Amino acid sequence: MKLGKTPMKYLDEYRDAEVAKGLLDEIRRVQKQPWVLMEVCGGQTHSIVRYGIDDLLPRDIELVHGPGCPVCVTPLELIDKAHAIASRRDVIFCSFGDMLRVPGSESDLLTVKSRGADVRVVYSPLDCLKIARKYPDKQVVFFAIGFETTAPANAMLVWRARHEGLTNVSVLVSHVLVPPAIEAILDSPWNRVQGFLGPGHVCAIMGYREYEEISARYKVPIAITGFEPVDLLEGVLMAVKQLEEGRAEVENQYARAVTREGNVAAQKIVFSVFEVCARKWRGVGPIPQSGYRLREEFQSFDAERRFDVGAIDTQEPAVCISGEVLRGIKKPHDCPAFGAECTPMHPLGATMVSSEGACAAYYLYGRHLKVKAEG
Amino acid sequence: MPDEEKRRRAPGETCPAPILEHKQIVMGHGSGGKLTQDLIEKLFLPNFSNDYLAQLNDQAVLEVNGARLAFTTDSFVVTPIFFPGGDIGRLAINGTVNDLAMSGATPRFIAAAFILEEGLPADDLVRVVESMREAAREAGVLLVTGDTKVVNRGKGDQIFITTTGLGVLELPLRISADRARSGDRILLSGTIGDHGMAIMSRREGLEFEGPIESDTAALHALVAAMLEASEEIHCLRDPTRGGVATILNEIAARSGVGMELESRSIPVRESVKGACEILGLDPLYVANEGKLVAVVAPEAADAVLERMRHHPLGREACCIGQVVAAHPRRVLVKTEIGGTRVLDVMLGEPLPRIC
Amino acid sequence: MCLGIPGQVVSLEDAAGLRMGKVEFGGIVRDVCLEYAPEVAVGDYVIVHAGFAISRVDEQEAARTYQLLEEMGQLDELGPNEAGEDADEISG
Repeated sequence: MKLGKTPMKYLDEYRDAEVAKGLLDEIRRVQKQPWVLMEVCGGQTHSIVRYGIDDLLPRDIELVHGPGCPVCVTPLELIDKAHAIASRRDVIFCSFGDMLRVPGSESDLLTVKSRGADVRVVYSPLDCLKIARKYPDKQVVFFAIGFETTAPANAMLVWRARHEGLTNVSVLVSHVLVPPAIEAILDSPWNRVQGFLGPGHVCAIMGYREYEEISARYKVPIAITGFEPVDLLEGVLMAVKQLEEGRAEVENQYARAVTREGNVAAQKIVFSVFEVCARKWRGVGPIPQSGYRLREEFQSFDAERRFDVGAIDTQEPAVCISGEVLRGIKKPHDCPAFGAECTPMHPLGATMVSSEGACAAYYLYGRHLKVKAEG
Repeated sequence: MPDEEKRRRAPGETCPAPILEHKQIVMGHGSGGKLTQDLIEKLFLPNFSNDYLAQLNDQAVLEVNGARLAFTTDSFVVTPIFFPGGDIGRLAINGTVNDLAMSGATPRFIAAAFILEEGLPADDLVRVVESMREAAREAGVLLVTGDTKVVNRGKGDQIFITTTGLGVLELPLRISADRARSGDRILLSGTIGDHGMAIMSRREGLEFEGPIESDTAALHALVAAMLEASEEIHCLRDPTRGGVATILNEIAARSGVGMELESRSIPVRESVKGACEILGLDPLYVANEGKLVAVVAPEAADAVLERMRHHPLGREACCIGQVVAAHPRRVLVKTEIGGTRVLDVMLGEPLPRIC
Repeated sequence: MCLGIPGQVVSLEDAAGLRMGKVEFGGIVRDVCLEYAPEVAVGDYVIVHAGFAISRVDEQEAARTYQLLEEMGQLDELGPNEAGEDADEISG
């Protein structure tokens, strides 16, 4: 985009073409062997595709997209529960925009809205407090999804709701954690990933000590990386350098926002409100210690308890290979349904449902055409 | 097939079963993206097929007793009805004037139908109508007929306005979405995303403060100036809902050509960019109400651009790319760092994201 | 995950015990919760996600590392042979 008179600081300089070119040249200079890297975060995937980074990288550096999309991995049962709760006449259902098009077994939140449900997009979970104060006779339910990045925001909603005595607020929790996902990928016998671009904003909150353990145990380089093209290229350079030099450690590419300890103030509230639990990941299955749930003393705010929506039976389409895509074993165009029966308009599985999912990202930026053209 | 279905389908028509994928209309059907296209292709076109409609332009140029008349209609349902830089009334006049102007016609007459919600403050209606008066005067159009209905409280979002416009096309032109040719230049009259983000800044839950104003404006005089510079203007579109991305895809599809854009040449106001960044929106998909995209023969591009820049509504006009024979129906963008991305049609309404 | 954008803090306020601030992003201003950035002062830059400042931008660290990146971009123009000799002459 043409810049205004003042470029946005700490953003636009990380989109600089000269600097990007310098990094690409350095990558080419350093790289001797083919390598497979994974960027964990959906936001990083979005950026890679949006700026055409995978096109610019040398052919034999393969970027596989990780499961860094909390939208994609939210289990089908929970999506269906969300729709059931949202459909209630006494509920104002609030959600980040990302979740509105995610299909459940029958429909999505937009369709539920079209049938008369009060479904609202919010930018911040705190907006739910305003809504709850304004409509004391309604139940305000917030769809609390996300990785560790969003946990502090979601936790503050619950923390403040209790503080203000807002009994008409509750949350439907689907928090997932990154380190267990990375371990699940590395534990797989079919794993091809040799190095990681770590999740920059998750680490801004949690720090990167957990990643040091993973790096040491599995002997993989992890570059904690930001989201702009220059960040991503620098992250790739760091990972490739480590691989070429036979090193395996954590490097902090995103040092302007990330420290080793992370955001202690945020961690404090997160661990006051949430505790670690097992979570089921759509397309992958249950992973122990991979999510958050509300702690005992906050369970009155749990929407799953407050609204008895019963047991929900779900089934994923057989043709969908999102499990393998999420784990980086297969690429979207390896799927026979990709771009045909399965498109963002009618997604069959987890990785096509949100614009961050690997399949959707590929589709939206037309990669399927490129591959077809190459025969 | 049940009897009533047999009656509905005229002989020779194909049976599009199911007609629409969704069992209910969702907001996305009105957003100008893929769902809207679906509605047009699968429902409206098959039911009303004729040569005029088949062109799928924003207006129809009708041949009536030797005269060429441009004819168009549009509905305005925006909320809030008063927003920074304008209101629903001004939008209703300018929007229809622009649809006429995109054929090269001189807009002449407007008809306006109002659907008012019971309980709408009379003062608000007065403000809207006075605004329409001003906009009509500025655009040189006469409001010659109209209609007013009132619906029960809760059955209409304060005020809906439908305007129908009639214009006269003097020049022997055919400006149409199917006329883009390889080598043509793609021109844009100014900054994008202003209108959509001005509206967004007032949406509950997403509010922000800032100088973003709607760019609503009547573009017919700008178009007339451009046509004076050259008649080799093949396509004209005002990128309203769905943004520049959507109309470029429409032109590419209708003309069977590819397009290549240069990201760095696309003008976006700092404040619009800031708003798009925090909400995770792409300005190329955000609505505009006072801008146009022109696809122009290469030899005429410089002259047309020059003339645009001399006009108050085209000061920041620029060339943002060109039409190519390669990758037909695909619009590619060279990114800020030199990579390539495909600019696809929008699926439904653009939603703010946190991912 | 996870959209976080840098903005500059233009004012601080207390909203019923919640530390809030107005943060500017390229000319538009939004209310942001600063509970997780207690050390932040007016003029500082923060990364904002879902209406919360999740980190303060370390401007010194950013300047330091960015200078190295710029040099990499400029070195590239000189070509591999000249890079070693001319490195000192390149301004950041």
